[in-house]
Amino acid sequence: MDAAVAVRADLTPRPVKVIAAQEVFASVATLTFQDKGFAAAPGQFMMVGRPGYGEVPISVSGLTDDGFELTIRAEGAASQALVRAKAGDWMGVRGPYGTRWPAVGGGDLLIMAGGLGLAPLRLAFLQAVDAGYDRVILLYGARDPSTIVFTDELDAWMEEGRASVHVTVDTAGPGWTGNVGLITTLLDRNTIDPARTTALVCGPEVMMRLCARRLEAEGVPAQRIHISLERHMACGTGACGRCQLGPLILCRDGAVVRYDRIAHTLSIPEI
Amino acid sequence: MIETHPMQDLIRQHAVLATIGDDVAAMLAGCAQNVVFRDGEALMREGTPADRFYLVRSGRVAVETAVPGRGVAIIQTAEAGEAVGLSWLVPPYQTDFGARAVGLVRALSFDTACLRMKCDADPHVGYELYKCLLPALVERLRTARYQSLDLYATGAEQAGP
Repeated sequence: MDAAVAVRADLTPRPVKVIAAQEVFASVATLTFQDKGFAAAPGQFMMVGRPGYGEVPISVSGLTDDGFELTIRAEGAASQALVRAKAGDWMGVRGPYGTRWPAVGGGDLLIMAGGLGLAPLRLAFLQAVDAGYDRVILLYGARDPSTIVFTDELDAWMEEGRASVHVTVDTAGPGWTGNVGLITTLLDRNTIDPARTTALVCGPEVMMRLCARRLEAEGVPAQRIHISLERHMACGTGACGRCQLGPLILCRDGAVVRYDRIAHTLSIPEI
Repeated sequence: MIETHPMQDLIRQHAVLATIGDDVAAMLAGCAQNVVFRDGEALMREGTPADRFYLVRSGRVAVETAVPGRGVAIIQTAEAGEAVGLSWLVPPYQTDFGARAVGLVRALSFDTACLRMKCDADPHVGYELYKCLLPALVERLRTARYQSLDLYATGAEQAGP
């Protein structure tokens, strides 16, 4: 009975104030929430919603002195309502939930992010450059130059030189002087030491599958490849089972999952 | 004994042709020259005969095509250790895309009529060369298939109008 009460308490949203709303590009915004005492590990997610519009799971993209940041893309009614939010609005928030990117030091860390998948990896990257890795490599792919997220930060990370940062886009106009091509082409152009590499991959699922297979082919053990998966998450606690993927309940056993635990299910179209 | 020329060394040092033997490299060297392109210069123009094939040694090459209403679209970039201009391998030997230097580019440039003549004359040369170029072609096909999925588009964008 106590356990049941505890689950219900965990399912109750708390009102949290938006103190800043910044458009990243059309249909994507970063909201800063004031939530004193908030703590989350890189890779964990929040259930967040504007009252009356339902909730969506959004990974924490940043921590502030007294709260957190979420970078949200408008896909359905609930996320559209969030992207329209202004400073001063109140949202219902639950969490943080789920697993975290591995806190490993030493060796090389390879981060492969696609599209908005950089948001769930941003915290992991920021912590990694101070975490004692021998080398941190960030490979980022986007649809086109106008859809690159965290542009200023990417530029700053490149200039700082504390990590090797490379960006590519799938297509570009004549003004673009950077890489054009799949994110895996960046892997071809950056030498990694498979025996020393831990890989974190986040983006559209097909992109993650492609990257994970390439990394395995390069010799990175599947146990050291981590991906972030998403299905229709509802409760966030593993109680409802809506986000089951094979043997995993993703809100509880993910979103961050070791590739060797899930690789066999990712190519099954029925699930 | 085959005399080693600097061009032959450059050919063997390039990642695309790293596995070919000295004898084949010597044959290919006769078709090759070292070239430099300044920023914005064209390596190839779309729809023209594929008479040159390039192995990029340094810099970045943008492979592009003209799209009505959008201007020029860059669909791929190639860098050191990669090949540009594979259309010479198959009839009608016409370039499908243009290629332009982004910044200073150094490359090995091959006369493709010369290459085809040597491949026809000595199937061993042709086989060795095709074994080196086939992985690049397969990678291009794989890349194009994934890019056609428009992976980073939103659900609405993927659904189309």
